[in-house]
Amino acid sequence: MIEGIQLEFFLILGTLVFFIGIYGFLTRKNLITMLMSAELILNAVNINFVAFNKYLYPENLEGQFFALFIIAIAATEVAVAVSIIISLYRRIKSIDVEKVNEMKY
Amino acid sequence: MELIIFYILVAGILISSVLTVTSRRILRAAVYLLFMLLGSAGLFFMLNFYFLAAVQLTVYAGGIIVLIIFSVMLTSQVNEKLEAAGLKKSLFSLIAVAAGTVVCISAILNYNFPAVSSAENDTSMRTIGLQLLSYKENGYALPFEVISILLLASMVGAIIIAKRDVSK
Repeated sequence: MIEGIQLEFFLILGTLVFFIGIYGFLTRKNLITMLMSAELILNAVNINFVAFNKYLYPENLEGQFFALFIIAIAATEVAVAVSIIISLYRRIKSIDVEKVNEMKY
Repeated sequence: MELIIFYILVAGILISSVLTVTSRRILRAAVYLLFMLLGSAGLFFMLNFYFLAAVQLTVYAGGIIVLIIFSVMLTSQVNEKLEAAGLKKSLFSLIAVAAGTVVCISAILNYNFPAVSSAENDTSMRTIGLQLLSYKENGYALPFEVISILLLASMVGAIIIAKRDVSK
């Protein structure tokens, strides 16, 4: 726990980063930048988990383990998303979401 | 001193995450995302979660950013500028995001959290390793195994999806 910093400060920081990520997700058209916004969202959740763990329930490490699993899942998600983006680029030479309407089979 | 470092980290996180979603050069956006992740690793260090901060640095800053930069290199020109979002779209997104922020922050400020506990937590590697593989109370053996299967599946899936079509 950092002296002089309330729990609410961390939660507000997490909220701000989360909604900045949402804003990027809504306004971007490029698939890679949308992926980056998703990473921002996941990281905001990590900050919240860690702050709750540290401030409210320090006797167990639940928040830390949740954050670890979120990081692992984010890594798998990025790997699959990048492979999809590369295969899409090979097929239609663009990674704009508005041009990707041929995914329907 | 600690407070000053904390505020610098928070300001860095906020500024670089705003730049991540607004920068019009895609490679710069990736680098700003890297700074944001480094800043939150710094926060974890300040909260004494050393192992989590190290994982954040290696997996996020080391692995994910490299993957994203690779895919940027493979799919777009580095000098190319992204087109800015339309005024209407960014305006409505801004309104939605501002409304969500206000709702969440007012909920946070009005909720009575239980009293802050001042106990120190044990974040040594030994505790983490033992808990991660224990199947008793506070053990995480099952999610650990499930994550390993997920990693394997996504690795196989990524290879198959990105593989060139052999039939052509």
